Amino acid sequence: MIDLILQLAPAWAEAHAPALIIVLPLLAGPISAFLPGSGRIAWIMTMVVTALCTLLSIILLAQVRSVEGGAVISYAMGGWAPPYGIEFRIDALNVLVLMLVSFIAFLTSIFGWPTIRAEINEEKRAMFFGAFQVCFMGLLGVAATGDAFNLFVFLELSSIATYVLVALGSGRDRRALPAAINYLLMGTIGASFYVVGVGFLYAATGTLNMADLAIQLQDTSGNRAVQVGFAFILVGLGLKAAMFPLHQWLPNAYTYSPSFVTAFLAATATKVAIYALVRFLFSVFSLEFIFEGASLALILTPMGIAAMLACSFQAIFQTDVRRTLAYSSVAQVGYMLLGISLGTAAGVSAGMFHLVNHALMKGALFMAVAGVVLTYQGTRIHDFAGLGRSAPWTMTAFAIAALSLIGVPLTAGFQSKFALVSALLASGWWWAALIVVFSSVLAVVYMGRILQAVFFKPPNNPQKRQKEAPMLLLGPLWVLALANLWIGINGNFVVGLANDAAQALFIGGVR
Amino acid sequence: MVEFILERGNYWAIIGLMMIGLYTLFSSTNLIKRLVGLSVFQTSIILFYISLSRIDGGTAPILFGADAKGHGGDHAEDVAAAAAHGADAAHGVAADAGHGVADTAHGAASHGLEHIYSNPLPHVLMLTAIVVGVATLAVGLAIVVRIREAYGTIESDEIREMDLEVALAEYAHDHPGEADPA
Repeated sequence: MIDLILQLAPAWAEAHAPALIIVLPLLAGPISAFLPGSGRIAWIMTMVVTALCTLLSIILLAQVRSVEGGAVISYAMGGWAPPYGIEFRIDALNVLVLMLVSFIAFLTSIFGWPTIRAEINEEKRAMFFGAFQVCFMGLLGVAATGDAFNLFVFLELSSIATYVLVALGSGRDRRALPAAINYLLMGTIGASFYVVGVGFLYAATGTLNMADLAIQLQDTSGNRAVQVGFAFILVGLGLKAAMFPLHQWLPNAYTYSPSFVTAFLAATATKVAIYALVRFLFSVFSLEFIFEGASLALILTPMGIAAMLACSFQAIFQTDVRRTLAYSSVAQVGYMLLGISLGTAAGVSAGMFHLVNHALMKGALFMAVAGVVLTYQGTRIHDFAGLGRSAPWTMTAFAIAALSLIGVPLTAGFQSKFALVSALLASGWWWAALIVVFSSVLAVVYMGRILQAVFFKPPNNPQKRQKEAPMLLLGPLWVLALANLWIGINGNFVVGLANDAAQALFIGGVR
Repeated sequence: MVEFILERGNYWAIIGLMMIGLYTLFSSTNLIKRLVGLSVFQTSIILFYISLSRIDGGTAPILFGADAKGHGGDHAEDVAAAAAHGADAAHGVAADAGHGVADTAHGAASHGLEHIYSNPLPHVLMLTAIVVGVATLAVGLAIVVRIREAYGTIESDEIREMDLEVALAEYAHDHPGEADPA
């Protein structure tokens, strides 16, 4: 399959794939915002663009994997050679993120049309798709770029588009507006902190290129400016990634934004921020530096564990399904941070593996919720009662993804939690492994509440007719649900990608 | 000690502005004031970058005089102006070019140039950051307008109260007969 795409791809697409994957949605976004009609043409354009980006990311994957241990593709933007020009640098780590983001974007844009027709005013739909493509482009840019300041620009591009997308949920519930402005204030603080950090690094080294930074930073141990810069970057990216005490913007934003946006953001936005965090922790700064600052053991580990416990408890007491899932997202970010904070190749690999799996399961869960919003207009657990009988296809997929979130064997969630626990035990952190298991029990409780209402409670409204979500929605939903099962049964492909990514950080990669 | 503080006046100004901005952002309940705080905060970052790029005795980063040979710098009057200008620019400060973090502008003072120039890169970066900041502010203000239309207020504590009432009403609707959870 991959070989076939490589053979069919024209030479220019292969040579310029790192640039095309950004330029395509960047150009198509504004164009589709001004397309006439009820937004149907803009939707088709979005599907085409995301499909092409998925193909380009597969081409990049094939190129990276063509060399044993992972090649590094360096693309000089505009022909200006790095470290002075902006470099796009694709290795085994970010090709994984690129593929994840573009694949999820493709699936969500297929499933999006019915829910957008129901939730967004007709005259705003084309604009909506334009903003979506800009958001998508920004996320890809963050993943692809090799320049620290360029990363900020892409981060803000995607964030600004995201604020607009979240605010558009106000057609259904006005609470989307305060959620959007809170997200805007918090998100901008996060990005600004990141810029301050980059400024300190620039002051200390005189370079912005990440690979060059990594080299220049090697002989700056004990430099106060570098340490301050590191702290600012950690907090800034932590805010974007919804690291535990900085996650306050997330639950409301996920609860009240349009279903389409929630499904896309939950699966991609925080993941990309975590990627950026990993990139800075392990390839820009060296492990020795981080441990000198003791930030992994003293900050990331406690924050990860606190998220796993506190947010799982908060998820238990929510009455809204989307809110439960949002808190669960913060808890799952905790798992990833815990894996990353181990500082070993196995830990980072487990973290990246869980990152991919979490994107697949949360994408599926929020898509199923979107189906319910479409047919029954409710997101409270109360509204979900008895849906197992009236919408069996939607709810079976929901149940598969929920089991995967809990970590039941034969699902993706089990595989990545198993990898995480193995990595923890290998480092002798048996207490952390126990907390992972305990947090999974909490997941049983909060997902169990929803599943119980869905499958074992009588419908609240007896007139609730048998009403399934449309095919356009069920297709992508089931693709994601089956992907969860496939990875759960035979996860070698994704495990291999995650291992390569971790190897790229620890051995080759930027350095 | 006093000298230590005075030498870093630009950094004190930046820290002061940054704190004012963050304090306004967190303490105010009025959404417009919070956005103003955000802008002040971002402005302090712009100042931070600009003061990083400054080098003592450095001039605007446009090649002139002997440095601009082959770039049209051979006009007679240009050379005359440059000679007058260069006298005070070239004198002085290559040795103590900047202090603290600012000395890192990566050898802008060397590279065989006759004059000392400020580092232009942070200026360019900040042009981008200004554009991003303006876009964020515009989106933020647009959302505030919509909040005013939907809620009739822009005080975030009043909005929170109204949302809480809605949530309680929803809960009461779902669980008839139960005591009010609040």
